[in-house]
Amino acid sequence: MDLKLDHHTEDRLTIVEVEGEIDVYTAPRLRELLIDLVNKGNFHLLVNMEKVDFLDSTGLGVLVGGLKRVRAHDGSLELVCTQERILKIFRITGLTKVFGIYASVEEAKEAHGRDK
Amino acid sequence: MATVELTFSALPAHVRTARLVATAIARRTGVAEALLDEVRLAVGEACSRAVEAHRVHCPGEPIRIELCDESGRFEVTVTDSAPSDDLEQAYKDEDGPPAAVNGTALASLLPADTLMSGFGIAVIAALADDVEVYPSAKGLRIRMSWPAATTGLATA
Repeated sequence: MDLKLDHHTEDRLTIVEVEGEIDVYTAPRLRELLIDLVNKGNFHLLVNMEKVDFLDSTGLGVLVGGLKRVRAHDGSLELVCTQERILKIFRITGLTKVFGIYASVEEAKEAHGRDK
Repeated sequence: MATVELTFSALPAHVRTARLVATAIARRTGVAEALLDEVRLAVGEACSRAVEAHRVHCPGEPIRIELCDESGRFEVTVTDSAPSDDLEQAYKDEDGPPAAVNGTALASLLPADTLMSGFGIAVIAALADDVEVYPSAKGLRIRMSWPAATTGLATA
């Protein structure tokens, strides 16, 4: 499956919907989207990965790059993910301690609301 | 001797094909369903690393994958033709990939948003229960294996 990307903003939180496979072929598209969002002043990003079938280290690199960009603007980049196959690579790499990872968009929005 | 051997041009689009082929053969060889995601990710990491290395050093050269079914193991070897970089050379000097595979230290290796070959190898080391990395001036060879049914492809 190719990569499908969409996004919308709710109350200063930009939710990025990702569907498909994030690998060395598709990751540049996600990178471009994250860079574009930050360049347009969206500094609080929530990446919904519930429909991601595959994620490799290239994809992780893009997410870390996005995190660095938003943090430069005191922003945030957090994830929604409950799939064990995806969470595993975050655990292997220690990135569970770098990203806020939520079980649902609603849960992430509530946490974001509390932090504002 | 490889049960299946394939070569592909150093294009990112072909990495997915390599993953699919490896996963399909792993399944037929008798690798447990619970391990197939690990095979898919590890082979993808090895092929992504090779593609990136070829794009820098030798974009016209193909990357080779060998998939074997031997002695109750499913074995995958990914071979590239790009000279190994310093990090990979460092693996040769030590005993395999860095010990920080399961620790937070690994995250600090990751550059802003680019693939770092050593990072991919460290991920592979965490996924396959037997990994060997052979760096050389002629290229890098990554051999990884998982347990498979003893019957395997020979009788499938």
